[in-house]
Amino acid sequence: MASIVSSVADGTRWGLRSWGTRVALLSRRPHDLAFRTLVLLSVWIVLLIVLAVAGILIISSWPTIKAFGISFLTNEAFDPIHDSFGVRPALFGTFATSAFALLFAVPLGVGTAVFLTEFCPQSLRGSLDFLVDALAAIPSIVLGLWGFLAFAPWLQNSGERWLQRHFGWLPFFQGTPHGLGLLAAGSILTVMILPILTSISREVLATVPVEQREGLLALGATRWEVIRFVLLPQGGAGIAGAAILALGRALGETIAVTLVIGNQAAPPSASLFNTGYTLSSVIANQFGEATPGLFLSAVLEAGLLLLLITLVTNILARLLLARFGRQETRGGTR
Amino acid sequence: MRRNGPDSFYPRPSVFLLVRRAGNLFAVVVTGLFALLAVSFLVYLILYVAHQGVSFLNLDFFTKTPAPIGGKGGGVVSSLVGSLLVVGLASLIGIPLGLLTGVYLAEFGRGGFAKSVRFLVDTLTGVPSIIFGLFIWIVVVVPAHSFSGVAGALALSIIMIPTVTRTTEEVLRLVPNELRDASTALGASPSRTILRVVLPSARSGIVTGIFLAIARVAGETAPLLMTAFGTPFFNTNLARPIDMLPLRVFTYTLSPYETQIHQAYAGSFVLMLLVILASLAIRWATGGFRRRR
Amino acid sequence: MAIEVRDLSAWYRETQALKEVSLSFESNSVTALIGPSGCGKSTFVRCLNRMHEEAPGARLNGKVLVNGTDIYGRSMRARDVRQQIGMIFQRPNPHPLWSVFDNVAVGPRLNGLSRGSRLRELVELSLQHAGLWEEVKDRLGAPARRLSGGQQQRLCIARAIANHPQVLLMDEPCSALDPIATFQIEELIRQLKRDYIVVLVTHNIEQAGRVSDRTAFLLSGRLIEEGPTSELFSRPQKSETDAYLSGRFG
Repeated sequence: MASIVSSVADGTRWGLRSWGTRVALLSRRPHDLAFRTLVLLSVWIVLLIVLAVAGILIISSWPTIKAFGISFLTNEAFDPIHDSFGVRPALFGTFATSAFALLFAVPLGVGTAVFLTEFCPQSLRGSLDFLVDALAAIPSIVLGLWGFLAFAPWLQNSGERWLQRHFGWLPFFQGTPHGLGLLAAGSILTVMILPILTSISREVLATVPVEQREGLLALGATRWEVIRFVLLPQGGAGIAGAAILALGRALGETIAVTLVIGNQAAPPSASLFNTGYTLSSVIANQFGEATPGLFLSAVLEAGLLLLLITLVTNILARLLLARFGRQETRGGTR
Repeated sequence: MRRNGPDSFYPRPSVFLLVRRAGNLFAVVVTGLFALLAVSFLVYLILYVAHQGVSFLNLDFFTKTPAPIGGKGGGVVSSLVGSLLVVGLASLIGIPLGLLTGVYLAEFGRGGFAKSVRFLVDTLTGVPSIIFGLFIWIVVVVPAHSFSGVAGALALSIIMIPTVTRTTEEVLRLVPNELRDASTALGASPSRTILRVVLPSARSGIVTGIFLAIARVAGETAPLLMTAFGTPFFNTNLARPIDMLPLRVFTYTLSPYETQIHQAYAGSFVLMLLVILASLAIRWATGGFRRRR
Repeated sequence: MAIEVRDLSAWYRETQALKEVSLSFESNSVTALIGPSGCGKSTFVRCLNRMHEEAPGARLNGKVLVNGTDIYGRSMRARDVRQQIGMIFQRPNPHPLWSVFDNVAVGPRLNGLSRGSRLRELVELSLQHAGLWEEVKDRLGAPARRLSGGQQQRLCIARAIANHPQVLLMDEPCSALDPIATFQIEELIRQLKRDYIVVLVTHNIEQAGRVSDRTAFLLSGRLIEEGPTSELFSRPQKSETDAYLSGRFG
């Protein structure tokens, strides 16, 4: 799979091409002009698409932006009858499930990455790598199907009851077990973001210079001590970037979440057993009902919000990863 | 600074050392367990989906259209055909755009403009696919008052572009400059150099990138909900709603009928297989030209 | 205190890097290992502190006896060996996120050798022995990466010393440094031999001549010749040694 760390770092370091731009741009031969035009046309089309997506979303949500302003973020529901639209429960659902997923996927993912790079015997490494990559490629619909047909019923009948019996003193596990709900969605999201966290963490750990590892090993450190004192601290920024990238993925996941989250607002409480919905599931559920006018505009504003949130997390993650890629020990003479 | 002690080399056994060794062992076990968990979930999922669906993967499944509501039997041929058509059209649009943009970034682009293009294309990868579905929905579906295969293809093509662009650019950058110089020195024009020399030498990597993009969109569902929409009827007209495998799986997942639920599993199994085969193929192809640790 | 290496052979996957090399090292001495690139001198020292096995596909044969104990014996762990045999690397590698003090203190802290005020004394003593104390005594808390290359390398030496090893392995420690820093480190090496067995890998023949008591010449994984430095340099026994020393290849 494409190396995110290196391509982000490379993109900011433009190398010298031996015959590149100068020669190419000067060439006036007809087939060169044609080729160049074709290439530039493609680039402009792609640019246009990017700008159009943002632009159309903004323009189409303008009615609700004007009508509600900030209160769009705090209104309780999509209520076409009373012409009141808001995404507060959606925002809550989005962040709650994503936070849950991060909470579990980061230790699992970083731990798996650490195992694969430091402890795993060479013979097993290839197959384990492959399996983790394969996990990443599973289509969300498959996870959604499993979640809806197998996992949620199990949660309702066994899983959530067990949690309530043993940990019911925690506000997270109180209330009626529904199976479908925040816990189910959070769990499925954990599975979905785990592979990307693992593979980027692996790349990040690989970027830590060998000499740093060896320096500590040569003093008589155990492998775990090398991980604790060298790999994790020096890889910290990169792993944070990986986590934020994974967060972005979780925030935007639609189909698996829609299938298992219940799609019904519940009275706000800390219970993970509650149903809820997310920004993405709101879009998927409401677009069919949307009448032209405020309703339609509200759906699009939800999309705009989702776009903004994922853009911010994505850019933040890539900044972190790019900065980490440049951070190195300065050896040699000054 | 000589350490005062016996000249022998055995370290003094100490509780401290044992604690350190125990800590190390603990770390091995815990991280190993985590890795095992991650990997065994995948294996479990494959086995479970297979178990639920494989018995329904008969010839009918691949050749018949869906049975009437509640009926037994039937198949998903309309979805398979639809997927092929729509993903095919999406590839026809998305792959050339992505390729040429990748060529631009690797061969022509320099300076601010290229950096912005690269930045925007990379940003595109982080956008959830439903946003593209929403975009095409408001731009194509709503004005046309109809869902369509074309709309689905357009949404999927946007998703494909950044993947193809990025892998093409990466792979083209790996082609040594000497190759370009040699070609130019022989009198070839820049476009001929790119088309006849550089691109062919990066062929395997580019094809890998294309496969990656196709495999990714073949499993997409969310954007299709709003564009192709799906239909229980056999339809090859891309201007009308068209059924696709992920959409059929979605519909059947929510169905109360057992046959359809099993067929949903069967369809999922096909999707998973597709994806795992693509992963294998890509790994096998990437082993050659990519420097992997 | 003595190291005896018997018939040491080492491989990286299929490539054999060392072919039955036998060498001895006595206390209070500096032994230089010279030879052209790829002759196996780095591999050799990495076998002495069991770092060779960290490379993927690494294999090894033969005995390395330190005070009579084979460090590759079944009951010996790499970690324990490495505590007794310190290593200085080609490029200075202090921990970039840590201060000068923390870098020197890491060995004693990890290995539980001292704490508190005794640790502070140990750090000061190590930095003095490494000839760095005067330059950093007022900024022990400063990040180590702000030091110059030569200072960083002396910091690494202090770090190694603080760990109370009996042997110091130095793998081309001056190759990334400017001439002045190199001079300082060479001075340091001459002093260090009072307390340690020093094994110095160098591609700089003159450096070997300046600093070492004994020199061993390796070529293509084999030990060609070994002896007191002055003798080896003035009256090499083998023609290959002579050729290398006169610069006919390298």
